[in-house]
Amino acid sequence: MDAFWIILTGSFVSISCGLLGSYLILRRMAMVGDAISHAVLPGIVIAFLISGQRDSITMLIGAGVLGVLTTFLIEFLHKRGNLQTDASIGVTFTWLFALGIILISAYAGQVDLDQDCVLHGEIAYVPIDLWITSTGKIIGPRAVFITGSVLIIIISFIIIGYKELFLTTFDPAFAAAIDISTAMWHYLLMGAVSLATVASFESVGAILVVALLIAPPATAYLLTEKFLFMLILTAFLGIFISVTGYYLAVSIDGSIAGAMSTIAGLLFALAFLFSPKEGIIITWLKNRIIKKELSESF
Amino acid sequence: MIQQVEDPAVEVHDLTVTYHKKPVLWDIDLTLPRGAIIGIIGPNGAGKSTLIKSMMNLIPHSSGYVRIFDSNIDEVRPQVSYVPQKESVDWDFPASVMDVVLMGRYARLGLFKRPRKADREVALDCLKKVGMEAYKSRQIAQLSGGQQQRVFLARALAQEAEIYFMDEPFAGVDAATEKAIIGLLREMSEKGKTVVVIHHDIQSALEYFNWIVLLNMRLVASGPTQETLIPSLLEETYGGKLTLLAEVGNLMHKKEFTGRDKR
Amino acid sequence: MGQLWEFLSFAEPNIRYVTFGSILLCSSAAVVGSFIFLKKKALVGDAVAHSVLPGVCLGFILAGNKNPILLIAGAFVTGWLSLVTIDYISARSKIKEDTAIGLILSVFFGIGILLLTYIQHSGNAAQSGLDHFLFGKAAAMVSDDVNIFGGMAFVLIIAVALLFKEFTLISFDVDFAKTIGFPVKGLELVLTTLTVFAIVAGIQAIGVVLMAAILITPAAAARFWTNNLRKMIFLAAAFGGFSGLAGAYISYIAPAMPTGPWIVMVISVIAFFSFFFAPQKGIVMKLISRRAMAHQIQEENVLKLLFQLGQEDKNYFQQRSVGDIQARRPFNTKLLLSALERLKKQGFLEKGDDRWQFTQAGQKKGARMVKLHRLWEVYLTRYLRIAPDHVHEDAETIEHIITPDLEAKLEKLLEYPVKDPHESDIPYL
Ligand SMILES: Nc1ncnc2c1ncn2[C@@H]1O[C@H](COP(=O)(O)OP(=O)(O)OP(=O)(O)O)[C@@H](O)[C@H]1O
Ligand SMILES: [Mg+2]
Repeated sequence: MDAFWIILTGSFVSISCGLLGSYLILRRMAMVGDAISHAVLPGIVIAFLISGQRDSITMLIGAGVLGVLTTFLIEFLHKRGNLQTDASIGVTFTWLFALGIILISAYAGQVDLDQDCVLHGEIAYVPIDLWITSTGKIIGPRAVFITGSVLIIIISFIIIGYKELFLTTFDPAFAAAIDISTAMWHYLLMGAVSLATVASFESVGAILVVALLIAPPATAYLLTEKFLFMLILTAFLGIFISVTGYYLAVSIDGSIAGAMSTIAGLLFALAFLFSPKEGIIITWLKNRIIKKELSESF
Repeated sequence: MIQQVEDPAVEVHDLTVTYHKKPVLWDIDLTLPRGAIIGIIGPNGAGKSTLIKSMMNLIPHSSGYVRIFDSNIDEVRPQVSYVPQKESVDWDFPASVMDVVLMGRYARLGLFKRPRKADREVALDCLKKVGMEAYKSRQIAQLSGGQQQRVFLARALAQEAEIYFMDEPFAGVDAATEKAIIGLLREMSEKGKTVVVIHHDIQSALEYFNWIVLLNMRLVASGPTQETLIPSLLEETYGGKLTLLAEVGNLMHKKEFTGRDKR
Repeated sequence: MGQLWEFLSFAEPNIRYVTFGSILLCSSAAVVGSFIFLKKKALVGDAVAHSVLPGVCLGFILAGNKNPILLIAGAFVTGWLSLVTIDYISARSKIKEDTAIGLILSVFFGIGILLLTYIQHSGNAAQSGLDHFLFGKAAAMVSDDVNIFGGMAFVLIIAVALLFKEFTLISFDVDFAKTIGFPVKGLELVLTTLTVFAIVAGIQAIGVVLMAAILITPAAAARFWTNNLRKMIFLAAAFGGFSGLAGAYISYIAPAMPTGPWIVMVISVIAFFSFFFAPQKGIVMKLISRRAMAHQIQEENVLKLLFQLGQEDKNYFQQRSVGDIQARRPFNTKLLLSALERLKKQGFLEKGDDRWQFTQAGQKKGARMVKLHRLWEVYLTRYLRIAPDHVHEDAETIEHIITPDLEAKLEKLLEYPVKDPHESDIPYL
């Protein structure tokens, strides 16, 4: 049963992240996703210090605010300060992440978080932290409900805004011309990314969440030319990663989140080499066959 | 030779546009007639694209205003269609030709609604008009440059707008397609739609357009083709640059001069 | 305070080691980082930093203990591999560079975490302290470490000094470097190797997670103070060195704290201070100079107005009240008063019981403003074919920007016109 809860949570997290990551990589904002996932850390810690407990709602709010603030700050430094984008991203998120770690170390007694949790989460503890009602009834692991709700929110967001997200991603100039607010959808998306990262934070940590944001959609991107398929494929990859990642971690007694990232990277490598249309090896083979046919026909 | 018209499709009043405080269009003041095919002509860097973009309110004005059908652009956006000079989209994007043309219907759909069968039919019809129906499920990266251009034209047609702004729609398309497109534009203008096209070839401009705007940082001429496409005005458009104007522009850029911003 | 003194006196040899080690590491990373910054590869630096973790772990697994040479070798290999993979993926598929960076960064780091947890659970007692490579712990360096890591930093600085000209060129304009026959490929290889080197050297003090900051942030901060590359690199090194010193101190007084985040905090504070307050480029300073411009415009408008009033009354030196001025143009009273005071200070106006009057210099300047306004109106009607009733607004702004040089050109081009498009006289001196 423990394995089931862990894999379920892992799947929820990877699907949420992967779906949003699809938009990020197509908008060339993969690194903004990376920045947000790091920068929510001080938000989480401060929320912790204020509420004094793992109160999920405060944490979601604190981190969400910080996430959107990060994108503001990055843009502000870039536009007002003329700082190049890559540096503006790099400076902003390292600073916020450092702040988060310092807060954790300084309030080690009060904050039920540690550096390990920041780096690779505590998905293995999911089944321990149960949600118990006031009548004493055990409903199930808390993390499952949190990540599940976030997944539902994100899927609804994508269904409702499908058209607008698609258009502002593909052709922002055209979107602006027909009066779709690119800025609004941009910040909504950033808000959703913050939400997904915070919800995933306890399970996989701030850094490995980036692997779930980027690797599955990048893999799907190599395998399909249809956007909707890309989303669906990403979701399935997320589930596959959770299952195999869990068993890999158990078999060598290592971090589950680390194993999930490893599998995600492995799947990408496979797609990169063997994707029917783009794969490096497939293309190489095709070229060889064509060359051979050419030389035979002469 | 700047001719103003009554009840114009587009009215531009004292428009100045700057990039990084440097003006690239100075005090443009013009009106364009309804139902005409209008050519905007001028050398590279004259500000033609900039003029269209600011008519669409895609870039901020430093001063002046634009009215389309006597309304603010934001009130009439669904009736306005724009085809940019070079689509700066990500060609690797997982989107098919049909997906792109369907986007033309989004403006009419509004939030939350999905394209219906009727929308798909309009989109297919538009693809037929540009001769691209055979490619409807291709991914856009697998089209030639001219075919890509046609797809984006089809997207504009699918908007079923009242006024069309097209930034060099003939760049990179073959002669036959160019003829077909101009035929299409004529058809639209007969139905009372206004078409504004940026164009570079003066020979064919004589034949294609019934109204011409000559532009080079400032408005040189605006009027019926016969009266504007004349050697003296063309020479003024393509001839000497106004060095003093350019120098003032550079100064404004260097000093980040803010005086021109809306007060 | 006592602690600070004790620290700064370097009484303990270990403090001395660790401090100089940290300063050297951080400043050499900042020097190499300056080129990465200029090549706009800040995030690649981040990816490489994260990617050395699996190498460190593999080095440990091979050695069975924390042998610095093997750890460094492992870090070097995977750091390098990550760079090559990022380039390969973005060159050979439709995956864009930013995606490739994020992908490699997180996957390599994930593998590193998997290996690290595996080592930690394997029961090898030698592993304790391996996790210091994550967030850095300057104080945990022993003299061997300091010798090796400090030695690497030293080599780095020498290499950059020798290849300064070449690196400058390939960061600035690769194509030009190629055309003049520089071995660009080879130089890029050296630079990337040095980058990996700097990162590997720095991980003891800062850790892999935040290593990128010490590469990029000092350079970004220094860029705001100077346009001269040499000065920028010195400044970056100084900023980096100072944060290294601060980090070593914190490591000394607060052993529970990881050093890396504090170093990053110090350098970030320096950077944000620079972004806002650096002269010329700082955001606040830009706002201030914009205000000065607004002041200048107000002052010139007042002088122009006084001149016009004088022209009408045929008396330039009449005293006028604030009300007289506002009757003609509705200036905001507060702004008008402060502009008048400034003009008095500059010697353009005199004040007698709440009424204001031109000085000679003021009348001259007022005349110039009116002249520029009207000359520009003439220019617009003649050269831009703008109707006379549309030119005023534009002239209102341009008059403030025309330099004496342009003024002379304008007069010559228009052949010293006497009347503006509204038939008003153009005053010449
Ligand atoms: N985003 C921008 N930032 C700064 N300057 C710009 C920008 N876009 C255009 N410009 C400048 O504005 C001027 C007008 O550009 P615009 O694109 O409108 O010219 P154009 O008439 O369409 O030329 P072409 O025939 O080459 O398409 C040019 O000098 C150009 O350098
Ligand atoms: Mg153009």
